[in-house]
Amino acid sequence: MSNVSLQIDGKAVSAKEGMTLLEAARGAGISIPTVCYHEKLEPFGGCRLCVVEVEAGGRKSLVAACTHPVQQDQTVNTRSKQIDGIRKVLTEQLLAYAPESEVLQALAREYKADKDRFPREPSFCILCGLCVRYCAEVKQKYAVGFVDRGPSREISFVPELAATECWDCKQCFPLCPTSALQAAFVLTRSLRASPSPARPALNKQVETAPVPE
Amino acid sequence: MDTARIESIIDSHDGEASSLIQILLDIQNELHWLPAEALQLVSERLQVPMSRIQHTATFYKAFSLVPKGRHEINICMGTACHVRGAPRVLEVVQNITGIQPGETDPDMKFSLDTVNCLGCCALGPVMEIDEQHLGKLVPDTAAEVLKKYE
Repeated sequence: MSNVSLQIDGKAVSAKEGMTLLEAARGAGISIPTVCYHEKLEPFGGCRLCVVEVEAGGRKSLVAACTHPVQQDQTVNTRSKQIDGIRKVLTEQLLAYAPESEVLQALAREYKADKDRFPREPSFCILCGLCVRYCAEVKQKYAVGFVDRGPSREISFVPELAATECWDCKQCFPLCPTSALQAAFVLTRSLRASPSPARPALNKQVETAPVPE
Repeated sequence: MDTARIESIIDSHDGEASSLIQILLDIQNELHWLPAEALQLVSERLQVPMSRIQHTATFYKAFSLVPKGRHEINICMGTACHVRGAPRVLEVVQNITGIQPGETDPDMKFSLDTVNCLGCCALGPVMEIDEQHLGKLVPDTAAEVLKKYE
């Protein structure tokens, strides 16, 4: 693999072809904030907090550093008024869902985000997908996944798998930036113990429903 | 549940993991819902993790994880149908069937749902029963039509 040289924050950086901007920057000791990134996992590009400004061929554009590959002679800016503004709003939006998250509170201090800017909708999950992707990519157990879509999207354990796999693993717990996962896990367990109509999908509730003729 | 029927649906798609959505659609058409046992079987045969099937089955509105009635009624609530009186049609249908959108009656006769556009705005208000489109409805004709279904 050939080497690529680029400039990040005015510092000459050399990176391997195929690396992402985030990897190149971190390799050179330049920090870029992330929430949904994990070095063992495929890039997800979900939280967008790693947004940076890329200048190539005289054009500037904003890209997610965790998914954007390095290119020869790129000029990258990791801090600017515009970028800080974007990260501030993103943090404020995430804080509406998980006001108690320490990861987000640290970002709020850094980017002067106002945690009360948006009305709170504490679902305690910011859908970063770390637990889902860790279970699928590293453990290859697929015990937790996303369900539903849009505003009602959430994470859900597959009860049958969770019952056999999760108790002795729990490796996804410390990954969670909001500690939502533990709550979801406990929820699944209680759903198993007493079938409730709250989520009729895939639990015992459906079996008691009348069968179509 | 008829395992053989599910098996034959999977076989008709050569057990390809990439045909997951088509297989789920076929099961949905056949049974009017996706029972957990059927999904388990699909997961095993296609070697697709259950969490991904859950993801897909909850993502698309075409799939149902609870049993649906013999006749599925969709009432269009799109802008054109709305201004042409869809709320009145919906009200009559609700009164006759005794169910709200998203529900199925206890006899498993009707399932009622509202949709946002069926793509034939010139025919509004539109109601769809078992994939048959009925256009330019007034509440009385909607009530008449429902009587034909058993």
